Amino acid sequence: MRAFLPAYDLEAPETLDAALRLLSGGDGGWKPFAGGTDLMVLLESGKLAPGRYVSLWDIEELRGITVSEDGVAIGALTTYSDVLAHPVLRADFPLVVRAAAETGGVATQNRGTLGGNIANASPAADTPPALLVYDAELDIVSVRGTRRVPYDGFHKGYKVMDLAPDEIIRRIRLPFARRGWRQAYRKVGTRRAQAISKVCFAAAADVRDGTLHDARIAFGSVAPTVVRCHVTEHALRGRRIDPGIAAVARQALTADIAPIDDVRSTARYRMRVAGNLLVDFLLNDDNSQRPTPNSQS
Amino acid sequence: MADLTVTCRINGQAATLRGHSMARLLDVLRRDAHLTGTKEGCGEGECGACSVLLDGRLVNSCLVPLVHANGAEIVTIEGVASADRLHAVQEAFVACGGAQCGICTPGMVLAAVSLLARTPRPTEDETRAALAGNLCRCTGYMRIFAAVVEACGRTAEPS
Ligand SMILES: Cc1cc2nc3c(=O)[nH]c(=O)nc-3n(C[C@H](O)[C@H](O)[C@H](O)COP(=O)(O)OP(=O)(O)OC[C@H]3O[C@@H](n4cnc5c(N)ncnc54)[C@H](O)[C@@H]3O)c2cc1C
Ligand code: FES
Ligand code: FES
Repeated sequence: MRAFLPAYDLEAPETLDAALRLLSGGDGGWKPFAGGTDLMVLLESGKLAPGRYVSLWDIEELRGITVSEDGVAIGALTTYSDVLAHPVLRADFPLVVRAAAETGGVATQNRGTLGGNIANASPAADTPPALLVYDAELDIVSVRGTRRVPYDGFHKGYKVMDLAPDEIIRRIRLPFARRGWRQAYRKVGTRRAQAISKVCFAAAADVRDGTLHDARIAFGSVAPTVVRCHVTEHALRGRRIDPGIAAVARQALTADIAPIDDVRSTARYRMRVAGNLLVDFLLNDDNSQRPTPNSQS
Repeated sequence: MADLTVTCRINGQAATLRGHSMARLLDVLRRDAHLTGTKEGCGEGECGACSVLLDGRLVNSCLVPLVHANGAEIVTIEGVASADRLHAVQEAFVACGGAQCGICTPGMVLAAVSLLARTPRPTEDETRAALAGNLCRCTGYMRIFAAVVEACGRTAEPS
């Protein structure tokens, strides 16, 4: 253990009110702590900013998945294991389920939360591309009140979010807007278990009679934030699905993503793979993600 | 309030743990509760050597802050066998030669115990997924995998 523990504090209030009051404290400096699967790794490597942390883990108001006529509302503390066990998510949001299944091992899935995955703000996070495809909205709460914002646009730049220091993510809302659309989720990494993505791809397309009527396309690890590809979606809208669509898709994609070279991969590889994943999705219906059968796993 | 006293149950016994609220459960279990069967491999959630069950769920104790153990039911490798008998998973590891140096073994056994508790007859894919968070540098995994398959046979009711 490389960290000097006396430089930290971790309080664990049991109500949302108590947590929000701590976060709003005039002296500032309190930061949220959920499952700890990002923060404890930083602590161990001596990279966690010293200071005071508020554990959200015991706050019942941040748990649970509620289903209404329009969609689902997923508490920020929902773990990957909770996602995998939920019948409505398995039926209607297969890309989120796929992302959860491909995150870490069981122990990470039991502790890592969706709220933490979003707020950790890694450009390589694996659930955000799926959330973007489903037009997710976030409920954000502080002592000042609650506001609802579209998730698209929440990440303003590398590790910069539309989230004030006294605010936390309370829940993630997903409307039932993709029923009947073709959907795909692909994570490309060095190996299947536990690898950080080189490229992560999520997409949905409303294809009828050989024409793409609408689409949602999102990537992780190819820009300073996870990105929804508005230019590409626009370029593809109304096009017939034929081999000619490949060039259009690849060209448009260069306006949406800006991959870089880093320890995991190169910009060139990522651009190429991103294009391949998209073209493959458009031309091969076989790769689509079907609703996940409800079995125990 | 960085230092705290946590009451919990460990391997079925009431226990009191003291330490910094952000101390790793791994360190508190090993150093203060003397439960050294829980191992540290990577210290960053990648290897599963530090696996314990927290309220019935498999977790990496290197990533659990002490405060999250408050009121919890913890099972470490020391609590898997009953007084006079190994758990079926442990017997299967012995029978199949599922351990070499043994560092990964407590975590592997707990991952398998947690799998069989949830899914008494796992498919091959489910078994692989259940062990995906546990690394072994010795066995090449085949015998571990065989041990888990063997353990399913031992625990599942005859059909
Ligand atoms: C072995 C291993 C494998 C992993 N594999 C993957 C992977 O495949 N894909 C992937 O994307 N990630 C992966 N991760 C990273 C991590 O598990 C996820 O990002 C996880 O979802 C983080 O959630 P958490 O609750 O543990 O976050 P924490 O570590 O508790 O917090 C992370 C950040 O989010 C903030 N935060 C948490 N909750 C809220 C909230 N409700 N409101 C506002 N801010 C909040 C915290 O302040 C902190 O900055 C892996 C981690 C490990 C250890
Ligand atoms: S020591 Fe905890 S996962 Fe490796
Ligand atoms: S037996 Fe040595 S690490 Fe698995």
